[in-house]
Amino acid sequence: MAKKSVKDRVSNEINAGSMADIAFLLLIFFLVTTTIDVDKGVLVKLPPWSDEEPDITKLNKRNVFSVLVNAQNQLLVRGEPTKVEDLKDRTKEFIANPQRREDLSESPKKAIISLKNDRGTKYKTYLEVYNEVKAAYSELWNEECQRKYGQDYSDDLPVAIRKEIRSKFPLVISEAEPTNFGEE
Amino acid sequence: MSKFSDKGGKEPPKVSTASLPDIVFMLLFFFMVTTVLRDAELKVAVSVPQATELTKLEQKSLVHYLYVGRPTQKYQSLYGTRPTLQLGDKISGIEDIPIFIEKHKIKVSESQHGRITSSLRVDGDVTMGIVQDIKTKLRKSNQLRVNYSAKPRQD
Repeated sequence: MAKKSVKDRVSNEINAGSMADIAFLLLIFFLVTTTIDVDKGVLVKLPPWSDEEPDITKLNKRNVFSVLVNAQNQLLVRGEPTKVEDLKDRTKEFIANPQRREDLSESPKKAIISLKNDRGTKYKTYLEVYNEVKAAYSELWNEECQRKYGQDYSDDLPVAIRKEIRSKFPLVISEAEPTNFGEE
Repeated sequence: MSKFSDKGGKEPPKVSTASLPDIVFMLLFFFMVTTVLRDAELKVAVSVPQATELTKLEQKSLVHYLYVGRPTQKYQSLYGTRPTLQLGDKISGIEDIPIFIEKHKIKVSESQHGRITSSLRVDGDVTMGIVQDIKTKLRKSNQLRVNYSAKPRQD
């Protein structure tokens, strides 16, 4: 009798040797299906909807930097045709106005960027223009931050410093209702 | 000397593999927790444009995606070739956006509603017409945090 009970105990043990194999199988499945793609993009805050169009004609003309894009993806910046590559430098010059020119913005706080495009404008061009304007501002923030604190503007800085710099060069982009000449 | 050299020295001791399953399980759980399964099959072709001023989107639970592009070859017979909007995993019209946003809001706690972001994954070659309509709809439904999805620019 005693002999039999020993034999029973041995056969009751489950062999756990294959456990690792099973776990490996699951692990490999998750490794393969995992997508570690971080979504990046240009973050934008849209203005709240209002039924009446904001009237930018009331503003002083020298404070408005108008960028028009037509259905052929050509740019018209303040009445003259411009290339996208030159847009950033022109925007920076307009906002900061280092030479205190009469036709550029009175002060960075009063500067307004006005974008207008056509319904036929390619999204790629639209985003490029938006990106250049944002890049102009972030370069200005960087310069200001370097001058004052000796480091680049980044999200790691304390909120107070970021607010101070941003309030010196507030990012104001106004987007007008697009024209409709070239929609497919 | 012979006192210390016992017969066990002849063959090396076996490494115990008993803890191997535990290690593997630990890795497994790590991947199970961090995995975000691809939630939507893309029915439109989207190749996002390049940009430099990029922000990384944190907290995927607060982000919903709006895909805009031309239907892929497989779906062209069904939906045509004009650029369309895809919400979740189905092709939708612009008028479906408010419901789509509401559905997402239900899943998010009230205090975080202001941080919900719409990520627009728009094909670079799509014209602004449809994008403008989407933007207007988003503004009307008071969903103002928008991300124009883009790839980092390689120079």
